[in-house]
Amino acid sequence: GEAMNTSDSDDDFYNERTALVPSENPVVDANVKCSCDAECRPLLVQPGASRRSGPACVDSGGSDQEVDADDEELTLKYGAKHVIMLFIPVTLCMVVVVATIKSVSFYTEKTDQQLIYTPFTENTPSVGLRLLNSVLNTIIMISVIVVMTIFLVVLYKYRCYKFIHGWLILSSLMLLFWFSFMYLGEVFKTYNLAVDYPTVGVIIWNFGAVGMICIHWKGPLQLQQAYLILISALMALVFIKYLPEWSAWVILGAISVYDLVAVLSPKGPLRMLVETAQERNEPIFPALIYSSAMVWTVGMASPVDAQRSEYETGPPLHNSCFLHRIMGNEGWTEYQEHLYDQKQLIEDMPEALMWGVKLGLGDFIFYSVLVGKAAATASQNLHLCMCEVLCPTIHLCLTCLYLSQALPALPISITFGLVFYFSTDFLVQPFMDNLAAHQFYI
Amino acid sequence: MTASVFFGCTFIAFGPAIALFLFTIAREPLRVIFLIAGAFFWLVSLLLSSLVWFISVQISNKDSAAQQKGLLIFGVVLSVLLQETFRFAYYKLLKKANEGLLALSQEETMPISIRQLAYVSGLGFGFMSGAFSVVNILADSVGPGTVGIHGDSQHYFLSSAFMTMAIILLHMFWGVVFFDACEKQRWWAVAAVVISHLVVSCLTFQNPEYVGSLVPTYIIMFLMGVWAFYSAGGSLRNLRLCLSCIDKDFLLANHRPR
Repeated sequence: GEAMNTSDSDDDFYNERTALVPSENPVVDANVKCSCDAECRPLLVQPGASRRSGPACVDSGGSDQEVDADDEELTLKYGAKHVIMLFIPVTLCMVVVVATIKSVSFYTEKTDQQLIYTPFTENTPSVGLRLLNSVLNTIIMISVIVVMTIFLVVLYKYRCYKFIHGWLILSSLMLLFWFSFMYLGEVFKTYNLAVDYPTVGVIIWNFGAVGMICIHWKGPLQLQQAYLILISALMALVFIKYLPEWSAWVILGAISVYDLVAVLSPKGPLRMLVETAQERNEPIFPALIYSSAMVWTVGMASPVDAQRSEYETGPPLHNSCFLHRIMGNEGWTEYQEHLYDQKQLIEDMPEALMWGVKLGLGDFIFYSVLVGKAAATASQNLHLCMCEVLCPTIHLCLTCLYLSQALPALPISITFGLVFYFSTDFLVQPFMDNLAAHQFYI
Repeated sequence: MTASVFFGCTFIAFGPAIALFLFTIAREPLRVIFLIAGAFFWLVSLLLSSLVWFISVQISNKDSAAQQKGLLIFGVVLSVLLQETFRFAYYKLLKKANEGLLALSQEETMPISIRQLAYVSGLGFGFMSGAFSVVNILADSVGPGTVGIHGDSQHYFLSSAFMTMAIILLHMFWGVVFFDACEKQRWWAVAAVVISHLVVSCLTFQNPEYVGSLVPTYIIMFLMGVWAFYSAGGSLRNLRLCLSCIDKDFLLANHRPR
């Protein structure tokens, strides 16, 4: 399945983070405004990438017509498998967020601090003014995201890879060290544990260093996936804490609309990003996409395999290829040799293994924000959580059914999420409460 | 209260369903997806019925307890009818999807048969229904408190758990019978499913007289189970052969793909 979405939200967020706590933290350079907003939004893979080129990858002699029929069934089965493999991490991320929200009260405490992207306060008594403020906040946030996206696309088009890569590294650095330090501190406070600084230092150093290596270089697949889940959860928690109530909902809605537009319209920045990457046969920011696939294919790298490159597959698990690219052409030879070794390995494997369904980290984050907000609102609302958990799965199910096209991950899930949230809160909850009081069963 | 009641009631309510899920569904991604889709359909039906109930409450007299109870009963009946309607809608959707797949793949067999779909969707409905009925109650049971301190029944949690288990299994049986009846155009069977669902729900109006509600529910569940077994192609012979593990080839040979 080619539902590839890229997102780089963490950059965005930790930038906001530094803006948020100016006194404790030296202000980060203005030019370290990450590409996060740009990559934040989930990307679409080139819709032209059709699964028909799949079998052609391995046996280049096969005719398209014959393989189509078998292909469909294979598609469905393996697509379903990978969709379920994506479902588990999404659920895990949501579980982490909900567990944190329910136990660590820090993330649900009302605070007057807000992100600089949402300057208008919601502490006003009048409903109209509050609504207006939240809409204004949303407009500011979305325009920041649009600007950053365009900036990223421009950078990418002009091959400023070093800049982008440095940006990514800096953002994940902040995330893995600073945010997790804060999180750990709050957990210790909640459970009243006294831990000394050297211990915390060792823990955070190890956690962060291993995380950086896993995400940006090589690492066991499961460890990499675990880190991606953790940083998405951390980001979602920051969002839940620092976005004002109504602004958060309006922003969620606006982002799903933006996602739809940016990905599907021909001049959308994200679409241009994907197309450029496809032209150059490059993977896009592999460090910040979650993928279910375990085998990396040569398709993306060598210009000889240009026809195979249409086939968007699992990300370079061994990100060395990406690094080599970044370093310029000196690594090209080693790169190709590296590819060659892998190629032999790959040709022996069934083609199905080459597939992967991808989901951007921004999607993880927004799903978790949806669920987290549901968990944060009231203590009795487990029904809300359950509803919210369902929503990404709807997207994933549809992904499975429409594997030949990529779907923007956010709009469907967030629409359902919002609909279910408000309707469950106002309609279903009283109904179920009344039923439970009388012990009626439906 | 607290942990023992919580775990006990959770396992009573969800034990069989989770066992079924783990052993038959968890390994097949397609089945998992259809299970989730079924749960989603149930949720939408609940949403609609709550909407109608909510509107009716808003326009009614909120002080009259009798009227409120009457409206609740109306809500229950409406919800049951809507659930069955959505089950039918899901059946139609699955038929269409299956036909589409069959046409595209030009193969003899479909990746998942309609019988499997019936089982999976029934279980999906059951999971969601059970979860919504009992999750808040379970969450309450973890905390401190005394059950029935105001004179209500002391067996609230236990009876809720047993009722939930029955409902989940019932949904699964209803799903199997319903889809089979739709396939063979036996509308009387469909009506029987709807009526039995209504009967089970109306029996709960007797709560907290648990004898009056739980015992008939379990009888109905047993009967529906037998009916589902027969409509899924089971028979006494199959059962005997399966249990005694005599002739596996016979069992395999007799398995007709649908």
